[in-house]
Amino acid sequence: MGNFAANEGLSIFVILVWLGINAFLFVHFYMAFLTDRWLYTRVLLGQALPWARAPAACLNFNCMLILLPVCRNLLSILRGTIQCCSRTAARQLDSNITFHKLVAYMIAFHTAVHILAHLFNFEWFMDGQLNRNSSLLTFVLSEIGTGDNASYLNPIRTNTTNPTIVMFTTIAGVTGVVITLALILIITSSMEVIRRSYFEVFWYTHHLFVIFFIGLVFHGFGRIVRGQTLASLKVHDPLECADRFETWGTKGTNCPEPEFAGNPPMTWKWVVGPMILYVCERMVRFYRSQQKVVITKVVMHPSKTLELQMKRKGFRMEVGQYVFIQCPSISHLEWHPFTLTSAPEEDHFSAHIRIAGDWTQALYEVCGGDKTETQEAWTLPKVAIDGPFGTASEDVFRYEVVMLVGAGIGVTPFASILKSVWYKHTQSNDDVFTKKIYFYWLCPETQAFEWFADLLQSLEGQMTEKGLADFLSYNIYLTRWKETEAAHFRVHHEAENDPITGLKQKTLYGKPNWDNEFTTIGAKHPGTKVGVFLCGPAALGKALGRQCRSHSEGGVKFIFNKENF
Amino acid sequence: MGKIEWAMWANEQALAAGLILLTGGIVGVAGTFRGWQFAAYAIAAGAFVCLLEYPRGKRNKGTSVERTGQYCFTVCVKSFGPVTRNYYVRAFLHAAICVPGGFMLATVLGCVCLGIASLIYLGAAIRGEQWEPILPRTATRKAVGESIKQPPQNPPPRPPAEMRRKRAEDLEGAAYVNPVDVTANEE
Repeated sequence: MGNFAANEGLSIFVILVWLGINAFLFVHFYMAFLTDRWLYTRVLLGQALPWARAPAACLNFNCMLILLPVCRNLLSILRGTIQCCSRTAARQLDSNITFHKLVAYMIAFHTAVHILAHLFNFEWFMDGQLNRNSSLLTFVLSEIGTGDNASYLNPIRTNTTNPTIVMFTTIAGVTGVVITLALILIITSSMEVIRRSYFEVFWYTHHLFVIFFIGLVFHGFGRIVRGQTLASLKVHDPLECADRFETWGTKGTNCPEPEFAGNPPMTWKWVVGPMILYVCERMVRFYRSQQKVVITKVVMHPSKTLELQMKRKGFRMEVGQYVFIQCPSISHLEWHPFTLTSAPEEDHFSAHIRIAGDWTQALYEVCGGDKTETQEAWTLPKVAIDGPFGTASEDVFRYEVVMLVGAGIGVTPFASILKSVWYKHTQSNDDVFTKKIYFYWLCPETQAFEWFADLLQSLEGQMTEKGLADFLSYNIYLTRWKETEAAHFRVHHEAENDPITGLKQKTLYGKPNWDNEFTTIGAKHPGTKVGVFLCGPAALGKALGRQCRSHSEGGVKFIFNKENF
Repeated sequence: MGKIEWAMWANEQALAAGLILLTGGIVGVAGTFRGWQFAAYAIAAGAFVCLLEYPRGKRNKGTSVERTGQYCFTVCVKSFGPVTRNYYVRAFLHAAICVPGGFMLATVLGCVCLGIASLIYLGAAIRGEQWEPILPRTATRKAVGESIKQPPQNPPPRPPAEMRRKRAEDLEGAAYVNPVDVTANEE
């Protein structure tokens, strides 16, 4: 249980603080509208007034927060600066998209409460105008300000309209409808099914957030929520005068007609900061995209994997980082993330791209992947790079013992790490803090091995040469195989090299027994912090997370890090 | 954007619209707003749209993800045959259903959302998409070759690593009959 705290503690703390602030804002603003200043407004609207204003405050807060987790460049800078102080805090920034989603759900929830409360408000404002009986306080209040149209309370000024028309003729109403529609479209296109399969729909629709924020800022400009002015409160005490409404303003009373005014718009104060930060973020991305990137080599690997080797002046990376790649000849607006598979010590940087959708297929074709003869360098397309951005794998070398688990194409960040490890050892043997790497690769089919097997083969050879065979212990697991292949494996069981990969380390079948693996590693390295890095499906992440928590005892601590795309 | 199945998004949008219509209708009736009859209609219409849209259709390419417990709804929707299969019908149906919602503030949002869903369905229909039910795959085992009378029950072709490691150090102990209970590969 204590290790659950070590692994998840900071996340839970952040979420609790965020929920706490939401709750505080809700209650605080609810109470703020129960004061005397709003007494007459409450006569018309009842409790629906504070029920509408409280979520509005929470909406201001959450709309301020939602832009921050998607400012990648800002987060990278932040991550770099707090890395030196606290690794745990830096790791927290890996969950930025999760936080973005949580805030989005909260926005949707508060929007719903806000709209439902306003439905009642509109209805009761209308009632105030329709029940034209001077012995009703609601009517008397609605009639105030009819002459000069300035000090009125009821925003519905006549009885010849209806709530729907009022909604479309007020600033608050129109902006409200527009931004709610934008929000609903954003949410429906962000559902996992749509996002994973039809990325373009998700991405382009998500840009409706621009309309959302513009509408949000203007939403309060009509000052439609009105309370008694402070000047009026001095001369007209609502508690005393509410019952005597029939004699307001007549000679001899101490209750002149009350006057009302709307609150100035507040939302812009909350969101202007993050909006500026986000604009800066987009400008940084644009600036980076203008820098010239040259494709130096294109390699087509089996299993529909395309390798792009590129160069850009001044490009610096760390292990396991990722970049966003844009290809203007395919699409001007789409930037897709890919892990870098090259090591920082190499003179170029590369990415292995799996052909899995529209954009990657187009990239394959435009790089001449479907042509058989070699392409001239000038026919290769222009690309732009944004990044590199850091993720958990940067931390690998800060642990003495490391477990790397990659599933399928998820092995890509580890290609970069293994290469870098090798370069570090050949260049500066003893300065590397990491003493032992356990590498697990889970793969459903044999073909996907080819490009990575080449890398492992060369590493294996070089390590044996240098007598460092013990440094890297790798295990490759084939999770699926055909009956025909199984026969072949049995026959070649005795062979020195593995029949699939050609490596000395034999391929294993099925899924790893994680319990065994963790126990063995824990026993071999007591009293150390073991970093566990995963790039793969969420289910595997949960299993590994559980294993980390249950095996972190007797001095050894397993710390779990997960790539988040 | 060539391979997008618009119907998938239209389905999400329509389901959301159904829920919004339903909620607006409930509020309108509970608060007895003016025009509450439209709200009562919206409750029925919203519920109907939700039931119709809850079962996801089968995708042409790729794996289809079912919504929880959608099987019974799939069966119901499937039983209407071409009426529910054709997206033109759905587009016009949603367009018609949404109109009465526009007459009352509480249901206006649901009306507009359903209208948008109707437009996306129209786009899907024009591109020739159709609603196919996601049905559980009938478990047909592939006919095993005749020479194999009893296929092996233990999936991993080799014994686990512990056994293999022994080989290098202990050549006499290397000869073995597979003694270890090899657990079946759990999917």
